[in-house]
Amino acid sequence: MKNVHGALLGAAALLLSTPSLAQTALTIATVNNGDMIRMQGLTSDFTSKNPDITVKWVTLEENVLRQRVTTDIATKGGQFDVLTIGTYEVPIWAKKNWLVPLDKLGADYDVADLLPRIKDAVSVSGKLYAAPFYGESSMTMYRTDLFQKAGLTMPENPSWDFVISAAKKLTDKEAGVYGICLRGKAGWGENMAFLTAMANSYGARWFDEKWVPQFDKPEWKKTLATYVDLMKEAGPPGASSNGFNENLALFNAGKCAMWIDATVAASFVTNPKDSTVADKVGFALAPNTGLGKNANWLWAWNLAIPAGSKKVEAAEKFIAWATGKDYAKLVASKEGWANVPPGTRTSLYQNPDYLKVAPFAKLTLASIDAADPNKPTVQPVPYVGVQYAAIPEFQGIGTAVGQQFSAALSGSTSVDAALSAAQASTEREMKRAGYIK
Amino acid sequence: MARIATSRHVAVSTVAAWLVGFLIFFPILWMVLASFKTELDAFAIPPKFLFFHWTTENYAAVQERSDYVHHALNSIIVAGGSTLIALLIAIPAAWSMAFSPTKRTKDVLLWMLSTKMMPPVGVLVPIYLIYRDFGLLDTLTGLVFILCLGNLPIVIWMLFTYFKEIPKDILEAARMDGATIGRELVYVLTPMAVPGLASTLLLNFILAWNEAFWTLNLSTLEAAPLTVFIASYSSPEGLFWAKLSAASTLAIAPILVLGWFSQRQLVRGLTFGAVK
Repeated sequence: MKNVHGALLGAAALLLSTPSLAQTALTIATVNNGDMIRMQGLTSDFTSKNPDITVKWVTLEENVLRQRVTTDIATKGGQFDVLTIGTYEVPIWAKKNWLVPLDKLGADYDVADLLPRIKDAVSVSGKLYAAPFYGESSMTMYRTDLFQKAGLTMPENPSWDFVISAAKKLTDKEAGVYGICLRGKAGWGENMAFLTAMANSYGARWFDEKWVPQFDKPEWKKTLATYVDLMKEAGPPGASSNGFNENLALFNAGKCAMWIDATVAASFVTNPKDSTVADKVGFALAPNTGLGKNANWLWAWNLAIPAGSKKVEAAEKFIAWATGKDYAKLVASKEGWANVPPGTRTSLYQNPDYLKVAPFAKLTLASIDAADPNKPTVQPVPYVGVQYAAIPEFQGIGTAVGQQFSAALSGSTSVDAALSAAQASTEREMKRAGYIK
Repeated sequence: MARIATSRHVAVSTVAAWLVGFLIFFPILWMVLASFKTELDAFAIPPKFLFFHWTTENYAAVQERSDYVHHALNSIIVAGGSTLIALLIAIPAAWSMAFSPTKRTKDVLLWMLSTKMMPPVGVLVPIYLIYRDFGLLDTLTGLVFILCLGNLPIVIWMLFTYFKEIPKDILEAARMDGATIGRELVYVLTPMAVPGLASTLLLNFILAWNEAFWTLNLSTLEAAPLTVFIASYSSPEGLFWAKLSAASTLAIAPILVLGWFSQRQLVRGLTFGAVK
């Protein structure tokens, strides 16, 4: 009987002691990109170092994630403890006090090691509101074999004139090889990311200092006319449906002599498992017109904590682990240096092991350095952001303009008509939002 | 001569029907084929139809990364639960409107249908706030409730159409024999409306199974059905078609099997009352 009592008491003590072992469960919302999926696979390293924290992942398509996370954060739904958000959202959400400032990531986090451009993009008034997980710019990827055959040499910092003439020369439609592949699919993050960056290099801007749309200015006309003419003459058929993935497939299949797109593509096109031209790819900066701005953008996927979260401390520990310096070493030890998330820390670009396996590292860094979100254009602008204007209205405006420009590319409207429609729709939205009268 | 003409006509109709059937089925076939390709083959230009390196690596990758059974069970509970509750509410509603109509019945029916005309995103924020306050976010109860509400107008309309085809005299005869309303519903009306009920049940189960807006927005992990499972395989940067196809094939497999075995009921129910 005594034993039974003892056992009961022991069981009761065990039950009572359970709360002290209670774990903090973090729910992390993220996108389905290779680096994010790799991070999910390495979660056990974090949980083994923090046995009181468990991690649950919610992976969603980019646009679904954006809508889902925006609804949750705006209504303080509390469904997520760590959010994966882009550089576009960070300044807007930080100003609305939707994000927790990340000033307690630990003494060894080394904020100074973050690339200055990326750090600027995720900071507001000098405070970090999100920690960059991987960053990217855009650059020119080209086929070294085709260039050599045509007797062309790609400069490290090419001009648009060179790129256009090379694209025309390298096009061999009968052989199914096109001089250049560029984004044409409508969307603020699709064709407008490329076209805004291209427009920056031609001296154009979205708005003047008083938020007046600028699509009726000659710089935009020059940009769009050049783009449409180039794609008609040297682009693949059906280019108005091509986004990042479609162009990646075309380039990997050997159908494009040049492709100007995200620096993160460099590791895909040089991976022999996915690319038929892996050993024939060279890299250069995105083109320019000599006005001081190259046609390259700046983007980073970042981890942030929603304001009002009850698990801030655990979330900070996770963010410090995932975006800290040791994470790169962890990935390298398990999957090699080629798979380390790029574009966030200076130390990575000084690491000889990384530089050995990433021939595109130098140009990635140069491209990121060349994109200034606080001074993105030749003429002054009132907004922050290189390939977007960081205002809440931009997603809608950008996509509407993108649809007009995609229609101009497919030939269903003219360049002039597309620009006037873009000017009219942007003016209407900016008036409705109260930026202009 | 007439027989030859008839058999030729039958042959042409058969070939045309198979062709149309194949065209309708082609996207699903293409998805299944893509699920057995490598990512490079799935994106190949020109597309590869049958001659590619067949692999099951995408299914292995999907199984390794996601808990398919968890999502599939959630889909079954959400689709099944919302359909059954909708039927329980809709049968008496449709019965009363079909057999005891008032001068406002048509307006009520139109009003119910009008709720389907509003885009769901218009009420996302209020619904999200209500769910947050009642603790219904990421719960199966919450999803069953919203899908039941969403499909209720269609269920009532379908049942109303079927019930209208049943002669009133039979119900009156049952009443004269002393049947109560409950007995009339259970023993007279329901058996006569079985094809209509079955097709309503199946169609709404499929609608609830495929519903993506509310399930994606109101569930996170615990209650996440197969729509969330599929959404996790689309990628903005990187080739993903083969893995997405594998995930989609797994997601539609249960409903495809259900549809295959119940196609006779579905067709019978959908054409019920079409020919008098």
